[in-house]
Amino acid sequence: MLRLIITRVFLGCLTLLVVTLLIFVATEILPGDVASAVLGQGATPDTLAAFRIELGLDRPAYVRYLEWLTNALQGDLGVAMTNKRDVIETLTPRLSNTLFLAGYAAAIAVPMAIVLGVLSAINEGKFIDRAANVLTLGAISVPEFFIAYILILVFATNLGWFPSLSTVYADMGLWDKIYVVALPAVTLTLLVMAHMLRMTRASVLAIMSQPYIEMAFLKGLPRRRVILRHALPNAAAPIISVVALNLAYLIVGVVVIEVVFVYPGVGQYMVDGVTKRDLPVIQACALVFGGAFVLLNTLADVLAILVNPRLRHPR
Amino acid sequence: MSIHHSLRNPPLSAKIGIVIFLFFIFCAVFAPLIAPYGEAESVGKTWIGPSAEFWLGTDNIGRDMLSRIIYGARMTLGVAAACTLLSFLIGVTMGLLAAVAGKTVDQVLSRFIDLMLSIPILVFALMILSMLGSSLLTLVITIGVLDSFRVFRLARSIAVNIVVTEFVEVARLRGEGLWWIMRREVLPNALPPMIAEFGLRFCFNFLFVAGLSFLGLGIQPPFADWGGMVRENGRSIAFGIPAPLWPALAIALTTISVNMIVDWILSINARPSGASAEM
Amino acid sequence: MTAAILEIHGLRVENLAGNVLVDNANITLLPGEVLGLIGESGAGKSTIGLAAMGYARGGCKITAGRVVIDGVTIQDLTAEGRAQFRGRRIAYVAQSAAASFNPAHCIMDQICEMPVHHGVRTRAEAEAWAIEMFRTLELPNPETFGARYPHQVSGGQLQRAMAIMAISARPDIVVFDEPTTALDVTTQIEVLVLIKTLIRDYKIAALYITHDLAVVAQIADRIMVLRHGKLVETDSTARILHAPQQQYTKDLVEDRQSSDVFQERSLKSGREVILDASHVSAHYGDFQVLKDVSITVAKGETVAIVGESGSGKTSLARVMVGLTRPTSGSITFLGQALAGELKQRSREDLRKMQLIYQQPDVALNPRQTVGEIIGRPISLYFNRSKQAVRARTLELLAQVGLPADYIDRKSTALSGGQKQRICIARALAAEPSLIICDEPTSALDQLVADEILKLLQKLQDDLGLSYLVITHDLGIVRRIAHRTTVLLSGQVVASGPTGDIFKPPFHPYTEKLLQSVPELRESWLDEVTAKRAK
Repeated sequence: MLRLIITRVFLGCLTLLVVTLLIFVATEILPGDVASAVLGQGATPDTLAAFRIELGLDRPAYVRYLEWLTNALQGDLGVAMTNKRDVIETLTPRLSNTLFLAGYAAAIAVPMAIVLGVLSAINEGKFIDRAANVLTLGAISVPEFFIAYILILVFATNLGWFPSLSTVYADMGLWDKIYVVALPAVTLTLLVMAHMLRMTRASVLAIMSQPYIEMAFLKGLPRRRVILRHALPNAAAPIISVVALNLAYLIVGVVVIEVVFVYPGVGQYMVDGVTKRDLPVIQACALVFGGAFVLLNTLADVLAILVNPRLRHPR
Repeated sequence: MSIHHSLRNPPLSAKIGIVIFLFFIFCAVFAPLIAPYGEAESVGKTWIGPSAEFWLGTDNIGRDMLSRIIYGARMTLGVAAACTLLSFLIGVTMGLLAAVAGKTVDQVLSRFIDLMLSIPILVFALMILSMLGSSLLTLVITIGVLDSFRVFRLARSIAVNIVVTEFVEVARLRGEGLWWIMRREVLPNALPPMIAEFGLRFCFNFLFVAGLSFLGLGIQPPFADWGGMVRENGRSIAFGIPAPLWPALAIALTTISVNMIVDWILSINARPSGASAEM
Repeated sequence: MTAAILEIHGLRVENLAGNVLVDNANITLLPGEVLGLIGESGAGKSTIGLAAMGYARGGCKITAGRVVIDGVTIQDLTAEGRAQFRGRRIAYVAQSAAASFNPAHCIMDQICEMPVHHGVRTRAEAEAWAIEMFRTLELPNPETFGARYPHQVSGGQLQRAMAIMAISARPDIVVFDEPTTALDVTTQIEVLVLIKTLIRDYKIAALYITHDLAVVAQIADRIMVLRHGKLVETDSTARILHAPQQQYTKDLVEDRQSSDVFQERSLKSGREVILDASHVSAHYGDFQVLKDVSITVAKGETVAIVGESGSGKTSLARVMVGLTRPTSGSITFLGQALAGELKQRSREDLRKMQLIYQQPDVALNPRQTVGEIIGRPISLYFNRSKQAVRARTLELLAQVGLPADYIDRKSTALSGGQKQRICIARALAAEPSLIICDEPTSALDQLVADEILKLLQKLQDDLGLSYLVITHDLGIVRRIAHRTTVLLSGQVVASGPTGDIFKPPFHPYTEKLLQSVPELRESWLDEVTAKRAK
């Protein structure tokens, strides 16, 4: 089993390496001429030439990639083109902001989604299940910004309970932060929870139709015991992967929400970078999101290996 | 028998879904005939509230909101449909190829797609669109290709289960070629379980395009599109003006209606779980 | 007269679509009595077994009738009340132990759960009792067997563990739902002996559900024959076997008897060998599935390959058709060396050797019509016009005994036996010399299987076909095979004319195999046990 885990972690590292390669290819090779892609069509040949030298485009691509990669590994993500600031310095506080928001949402969404998902699975077809189905179907159907704007309209503009923009500072107290970030966190929670709940329900239902669950009922065990002792231990692995998958989704969902609430996180930084075609910023943000994604997926697989009884007790 | 029965008698939710979806399609097709004002026509002041003259009010530069939404249906629905069609064309072809053409092809394709999926699709799209610019064609190809990775996975997993069945083995033993097996033996059996998936992928791409437009990287002005309209009118919400909610509502209604239809299609084949008798 | 321990009155079970699975079933079971429920698939036997526990599978519902256990009508009880009966008064043994044990818990935990929960034994008592039972039933390392997880032990061992689990709370009644169907014959007999011993020693009343008349004859005091959810007849075992009243029962008994009898078959002319596989070995990864196997098939001859699961019989078939590449050895077919790889075989090689599968359901593309299925080999191999293909297809349909109007139907609308006929017609369409039949009847109901065997024989007589039949069923071998090869762990243990294989002197494994096949005589199991004890 240890070997499986080591292999998986190694595979994760390898994937991370490929992610860096993909980012490099997508941003510097795919557009053909990066200089004109960044500067747009209005650029004069002189500015283009100067810019090419600034980017080091006269050197072969693999040299530039290796240089970028080694610098990134040493914590040097380059300098933003627009304001000439060190990317890593801007990125670090924004990353902690994003993690705060994502963690905030996850702390509410994960326990609620698992409990409600299991509840609606074991009450299949009953009221709570139908209600959960309708509500989550609604939540996954609407765009993030729709929920966000409704929440703003009701709770910020009309009721005035929460601020409509989530401005946070470095020296803000924790409770203030929790208060200010409440609306984006709730929006994110609703979105992620809906997906997670539906998937949890489906995986528990898949377990509930196994013959050993029927056997447990035929052994005369009460429903509670069948669920707690026979269904849930087997549902753990699928539920873990559901949670990880949705946390990865949450990382991305953050982008739009941050823009709506003008929240100073990585997502907004990336969107800014993208609209200004600020190459180092785009690369750095993509690296952060891609890394988090790979990390969560690897973690999910490792946990799934750990809870699998067949792997825990090999022949 | 019961399958045909439920196909002919969709539940109320599915009927509502079908009506709403057809309504938006109707708007998209006949936009110039039913829209009261032009797509880019400035007709009044900024953010006028709903009135008999402007049913949904006006937008940030005084254009009629309702007309913009009706015209927006064209772009928003059209782009999403084009993306989904492209993604299915690529994804299904590749998925069937991976399942039928043997281990090496399968391994190469599957590992490649795994790696492409290791970057979140939104981040991937943002990178590419920022560097290539968001012309309509780039937008459709980018989203179509990125989404085809998901379709590939699904198509492959369905096709793999079909390829191991004996009737495909019979075709191989008979000496049939790869193309024949893909087209005649596997495809007809792989498509029905993917109908619901088509709806889901459409919803996903639809929301995705809307999200990109909202971020300013999707469909570009002067075309009206719902995501972009939310972006243009976003600031009004702080003044208590619900202008961005109308296009957002149109987006929400479309996805909800498609999801209701998909839910019905899925429920036709679904059975209650084994333990439901005891629950 | 003693009071019945289990009574079922007018039971009716329907599924959500409104189809009736069981209609008006009536059962009276006395303490210590064993009632065999027998019938083909869809007869409703398992549904009755579960209904006896007050349980209906998801999507099904008990819509009428009463189930009375020891004077208590259990439908009148609450869910909690029913749960107190289950396991404690009436227990269940399922067909697949592998699926019915929870993979997340060790075997001991699952066995002790029921007696401890129902307050019959303390955990310590239950464990001691279980270890004692493991020892009695000769499970390996009885002291530590319980600490193992379900996936760590073999299917036969798990089935025994499930029988122990069923009686762990000392129930009055046990429902056995095809407990030996998933097992090999040599394992089946061990589990049968065990079940019989348990029933006798613990004075348990039982419902024994199976599709095999010979199996139920060994265990049951009375037999109930079911068909399409309805009772055909019920009587003592002896009377069902020797004096059945209904035609359906008569057919079942007669057909089962005929498979016990060896039918000598000989070739009309001399042996003209068309397939000669010599010293064939094959591997799956590092595992060797075939070790130096040699067989020959002559024109117009049926050769049977017999073995249990894991014997390599299916691998042999796959090597012949080119799906598995042999690692050594050679195959000569119709005088020419046959390539190991499918891709290197000529179209003519492919045409001359056809394959019929075990599961006709999955051997036919559900999206094609019967005409497309049978017509494709004709147009592919013989390049005929559309009309000619259709004419030939109709001819083939008639040959396999199907009506002409089936040509435009989808195969999904047909029954199992009809589907297998279409598979045969598709094979015939290629005008082959040799047809490899991989368990051609084991997915079919007994009487349908009999018709398919007869059809295969008739086609052989008419067309001079050769068959290589892969099977685990010695009954089929006795009836149709000219020659037989017995495989064990990938090696040939016996080979020759079927008559010789079935006559002493036997190879020890052949003898064990022969002994393990249930026979219709009620005393068969006792005789075999006595013989083995010696």
